[in-house]
Amino acid sequence: MKPAPFRYACPRSVDEALALLQAGGDETKVLAGGQSFVPLLNLRIASVESVVDLNRLDDLAYIKRDNDTLCIGAMTRHRQMEVSDEIRAAQPLLCRAAAEVGHLAIRNRGTIGGSLVHADPAAEWPLVAAALDAQFVLRSQDNSRTVSAREFFLAPLMTAIEPNEILCEVRFPVAPVGAVWGFQELCRRPGDFAIVAIACQLTLDDGGTCSAASLAVGGAHSTPLHVAEVEPILIGSQGDAAVMTAAAEKAAAAVDPSGDVHGSADYRRRMVKVLTQRALKEAWAQKSKRVLQ
Amino acid sequence: MAEAQFAESQTIRVRVNGREYEHEVPVRRLLADFIRHDLGLTATHLGCEHGVCGACTIIMDGESVRSCLLFAVQADGAELQTLEGLANGDEMHPLQQAFWDNHALQCGFCTSGFLMSAVDLLHKNPHPSEEEIRYGLSGNLCRCTGYANIVKAVQAVAEQSQS
Repeated sequence: MKPAPFRYACPRSVDEALALLQAGGDETKVLAGGQSFVPLLNLRIASVESVVDLNRLDDLAYIKRDNDTLCIGAMTRHRQMEVSDEIRAAQPLLCRAAAEVGHLAIRNRGTIGGSLVHADPAAEWPLVAAALDAQFVLRSQDNSRTVSAREFFLAPLMTAIEPNEILCEVRFPVAPVGAVWGFQELCRRPGDFAIVAIACQLTLDDGGTCSAASLAVGGAHSTPLHVAEVEPILIGSQGDAAVMTAAAEKAAAAVDPSGDVHGSADYRRRMVKVLTQRALKEAWAQKSKRVLQ
Repeated sequence: MAEAQFAESQTIRVRVNGREYEHEVPVRRLLADFIRHDLGLTATHLGCEHGVCGACTIIMDGESVRSCLLFAVQADGAELQTLEGLANGDEMHPLQQAFWDNHALQCGFCTSGFLMSAVDLLHKNPHPSEEEIRYGLSGNLCRCTGYANIVKAVQAVAEQSQS
């Protein structure tokens, strides 16, 4: 199908985009990479009066490291993140997640900001943002505020962003010394949305004992879910099987999945346990690699 | 530069397969429809029209994109390549020749999308493994071939460029 008629503007600066968004009124939407939004328009699931296209805002496409923070412009494309040496050095989990987003042609065009604001609970960026407690810089014409990823996602496709706001920057903490990570995604075909996905980061000391942990679940809850309950189980442990199983059971108990054609609620919950175990195992297996570096 | 305004139509200039075009288009016109209907370049096919099947894949400014997920106005100033721009006169592009040699198509509907995706895949990774080829082409759907011969064809080109 084809989209219903709308009005379109293509600003050249963030200020201009914010002014257009404010002037356009309630039925004005922001177009980022368009890899989720345009299908909704084509299928006429969504219709809008006006579209503000951010694709010519080159000042929103950047990857910058500022001490312990990795600042990523919201219009940075998945592909740029997948192959960025700067990201690979500072927070390699992001490169791993980027490679799982859609297909090559989707990654060439889709953006991290677009994916986060679209807020599909099975998408990779919301999951990783929740796992690493990313901070989102939201701007409107007369305000700028920072919202934590763990407070940003409210429900499937619903976030804390206001209609007159644009997500401008995503800030990830740089992986601390001793950080290892796990990323596990279950889907039927490469590039599909996850049935269930897990992202975790652990900080291990030289002996392999965990001093900090964070873990999030995607695809098995109405939002990407940060599971704080696993942290006291993991911290102080050396990653033996019993600990991983206990943490995985906590994660499975924390989610409230819904079932669909790809998998029942019960299946998803079981997969949360399986994939959490695998993600933790993957993370601890990086211990030896880390020492060599 | 003039301030951006909301508009219902816009004049765009694009370069497609080396040729300049200037057209006024409604802003809601999909790039795929612009290429097919306004420019008459019908090698680019539309299957699902919502970014799933990959049939409409083209190269925009050097990278593969789904032309059903872009509006024509977004391509203003861009350099596009469609399947029509792949062959060199009567001489087929190595990927086209390999598709021919390996019987990598049956009905042919998906073929132009596969070829354009394969162009980008080999551009980014000139010597992919079979697994990397399958992963790289996973965004294109074919209902006839079972994919085996498509993978073989891309492998053949990757090997040619190695020797």
